[in-house]
Amino acid sequence: MVLDHQTRYGQHLRASLVVLVYPLQYAVTVPGELGRWVADEFTTRSRLERDNETLRTQNRLLRAQLQKYAELEAENIRLRELLQSARKMGERVLVAELLSVDLDPYRRMVKINKGGRHGVYLGQPLVDAHGIMGQVVRVHPLDSVAMLITDPDHSLPVQVNRNGLRAIAVGTGTGLEIPYQPNNADIRPGDLLVTSGLGGVFPAGYPAAVVESVETNPALQFATITARPAARLDRGREVLLVWPAGAAPAAARAEAPP
Amino acid sequence: MSAVGHRGGAVIALSLALALMLHMVPLPGWAAAARPEWLLLVVVYWCLAVPERVGVGVAWFAGLLLDVVQGSLLGQHALAMALVAYLAIKLHQRIRVFPLPQQAATVLLLAGLYALADLWVRGMTGHAPSVWRALLPALTTAALWPVAFVTLRFLRRYYRVA
Repeated sequence: MVLDHQTRYGQHLRASLVVLVYPLQYAVTVPGELGRWVADEFTTRSRLERDNETLRTQNRLLRAQLQKYAELEAENIRLRELLQSARKMGERVLVAELLSVDLDPYRRMVKINKGGRHGVYLGQPLVDAHGIMGQVVRVHPLDSVAMLITDPDHSLPVQVNRNGLRAIAVGTGTGLEIPYQPNNADIRPGDLLVTSGLGGVFPAGYPAAVVESVETNPALQFATITARPAARLDRGREVLLVWPAGAAPAAARAEAPP
Repeated sequence: MSAVGHRGGAVIALSLALALMLHMVPLPGWAAAARPEWLLLVVVYWCLAVPERVGVGVAWFAGLLLDVVQGSLLGQHALAMALVAYLAIKLHQRIRVFPLPQQAATVLLLAGLYALADLWVRGMTGHAPSVWRALLPALTTAALWPVAFVTLRFLRRYYRVA
């Protein structure tokens, strides 16, 4: 137990044992999958058309925004070259699905259907359409386990988008809190916190959380700040695995589809 | 499992596998914290019924698989499970003759001990939930003991596991 907690030797044993329980796990997910399949098969034509229409509109909007973004990126790279600083490159992503199995009730962890075979590596960041979700903590051959940013053991280096103030967002089980900020820190409710990229695990610039409340008590040394994760941690089934530029091991990069 | 006088190893293995699956079935948030320790129920039953076959070793391995399933520290549930199996085997001749409610009360104690051992490891390695929340599964486990006992006894008699 000490070995598993302090080192990574437990990974191999875990990976071999997981093969034993994988069929069971698969059997558990079957009813949910079946339900989804039935729902998918029997959606009506009008609903499909409606969905199609909204997706089309959304796609057009996003494309228009992307055009602007491409130009901005080019400009950004040019400016960075002027400043002779490292330029940020595009990141690889891979869509993974959450498996409907319950894990430890006291942790905030999820199981996803991509594993070592797909190039997933330890500490890999996980995002959804709205922001950072968490990071991979256990890699098995066919699936892996990710810790969400709200887990009590998780800390996320962030900065306030408005003024660049750096902070750490620590999970509380239900949300996030920002400890060790002085009472006069320039943080207001509604501020967007983005990942700062310090610590080297998460790529910089992804939205992480929105500040919910800031309470200052002169009797206490630090302000009590709570934040709500930007990602929809408890809904949606699809997540994105991100290979930050330069951080992915060679093997993972080779196997990851573009 | 083909040794003379040993029958129904497959039944034991299947019941353990089913219990493991019940640990994985998604439950809504409020119920997840009170999820009964299915695996504990099955392990304790077989420890009482066939103590010469299912013992601390089997319990430890079952606990290890539960650790893998839940993604918890390897050995966390294994330790607690082995402890409970040891006590169950030590006391199996007494518990066997208890009436069902009294058996359930004993299971409550065992499950409570299991939860405390689990809590102890959690407390040492990270963040422990509150004691009362951690003890909630012990209550549901004990409440389900009569059902599990009757079902498993039927299985044992039907397949003549010995």
